[in-house]
Amino acid sequence: MDTLIATAQRAIFDTPLVFRSGAVLPRYEMMYETYGTLNADKSNAILICHALSGHHHVAGKYADQPKNTGWWDNMVGAGKPIDTDKFFVIGFNNLGGCHGSTGPVSINPETGRQYGSDFPLITVQDWVESQARLADRLGIQQFAAIIGGSLGGMQALQWSLAYPERTRHVLAIAAAPRLTAQNIAFNDVARNAILTDPDFHGGNFYQHGVVPTRGLRLARMLGHITYLSDDAMADKFGRLLRNAEFKYNYEIEFEIESYLRYQGDKFAAYFDANTYLLMTKALDYFDPAHDSEGDLNRAFARAKANFLVISFTTDWRFSPERSREIVRPLLHNHHNVSYAEITSAQGHDSFLMENAHYFAVMRNYLDNVAKECGHE
Amino acid sequence: MNNRLTTDRPDFAAIAAWIPPGASVLDLGCGDGSLLRFLQETRQVRGYGVEIRDLDIVSCIANGVNVIQNDLDAGLSDFEDNRFDFVIVSQTLQATLHTEALIQEVLRVGRQGIVSFPNFAYWKNRLNVLFGNMPVSSELPYQWFDTPNVHLCTLNDFESFCQDHHIAVLERQVITGTKQINMLPNLLGSTAVYRFQRAV
Repeated sequence: MDTLIATAQRAIFDTPLVFRSGAVLPRYEMMYETYGTLNADKSNAILICHALSGHHHVAGKYADQPKNTGWWDNMVGAGKPIDTDKFFVIGFNNLGGCHGSTGPVSINPETGRQYGSDFPLITVQDWVESQARLADRLGIQQFAAIIGGSLGGMQALQWSLAYPERTRHVLAIAAAPRLTAQNIAFNDVARNAILTDPDFHGGNFYQHGVVPTRGLRLARMLGHITYLSDDAMADKFGRLLRNAEFKYNYEIEFEIESYLRYQGDKFAAYFDANTYLLMTKALDYFDPAHDSEGDLNRAFARAKANFLVISFTTDWRFSPERSREIVRPLLHNHHNVSYAEITSAQGHDSFLMENAHYFAVMRNYLDNVAKECGHE
Repeated sequence: MNNRLTTDRPDFAAIAAWIPPGASVLDLGCGDGSLLRFLQETRQVRGYGVEIRDLDIVSCIANGVNVIQNDLDAGLSDFEDNRFDFVIVSQTLQATLHTEALIQEVLRVGRQGIVSFPNFAYWKNRLNVLFGNMPVSSELPYQWFDTPNVHLCTLNDFESFCQDHHIAVLERQVITGTKQINMLPNLLGSTAVYRFQRAV
């Protein structure tokens, strides 16, 4: 199979975007990539919504960076479940992100300095609005499917509510209709790690030439624990020690400590602290039933899409029960929905991993979507 | 696996005959989705299947039917009261653990229930037992040690169950192969299909 060569592109928008909070972004840019070919009637477009740390580089490699593989390359490509021989696939970086789309690290035209804490808090609804404008720009009136895992799944769900006519299928993977108190609590601890780092400087650390590495690292370490299952951690690390004997001090002794710190350091080296804060707040705020007195049945009444909901047995951050909370209002409203609960040991991270049943479900579902677009 | 249906089972036609066009149906233990697809194509039903096996989930999706992966013995809590015109349990009842509770759930979620099951009192089965063996046939294709069937019953058993549980049988169809059996059904019928509702 030929390697997919990805090319990052930039779309510039000069029409102001009004956020749900009331804040206005007068001008913004969005990074995106596309794979495959848009068919003549423009009916085969798929939008991939990313989760907390994702971005526009979904699949393939860059010509000049042969080791920089897209974050969902096992799922998206020629002959893969999201088949770029059949679909025109779009990946993008959300506003507020730190991979080239307008976000806290971008220059605020009003001040000439990086936005930092001036970047407005953003919601899933705002993101979908910006994504719809990107779709307009690419000439896509209706998506064959909108697909996302975790926070990306929430965006896919929001599409079916904000733009029912533009959304034929929604694939919501390891998602939730809204976060539970426990889930918000994890996000708040992660945010506090960043907010209380002396190097955070109220979000304007760029001007001080520092990065709140300690806070960001802690936030990621906590997050990472919740993305893995108890069993997966036990299998991979157990109680393995780096040295044969206990040292009776606070340096790294257990392998799991070493692994988490490594993951934390790696993340803190490239991810923006303000983006992390914004993303977790967007997760916390999302509730499609916010405007219908908490009633998800009423909230999903206006959807017109067909849904595929997928969860993973050992995912406790976005557990199968949360996915069932998506399924129930869809059943209530007589929407077409299928639900698969994938047996997997990898916890929340399962949605990014190769798994025969998971991939077969995705492939067979999308094969039928492709048939609707004229692919036999 | 794409779009391959299991060989049409004789109970499918009997079930379809009872379902008016456009009805909403829930098929519990829907296997690869064959019955639902058949009902979608012949009766334009709006329906969902419930199934537990991974391979069946994939087949249902390939067959273009809605399927919810769930263990029937864990109940039907995802489904609201009186949500469906018909809840179908086709050749599945005998393999459920909490059969009594499941039939109550069928009549909570559906206005009417339809079940089909192999009649254990079919004369060939009786003959097998008479000669000292557990029956093995096309309706009961398992050996005693690998069978998923834990709650086999006869026509008489099911009808007295209904009577004891305030369930009104509306219609019964007894078949052997594709032939309809009217005489001595509990002896001559290999498969029973019932339509029932809560007795008023």
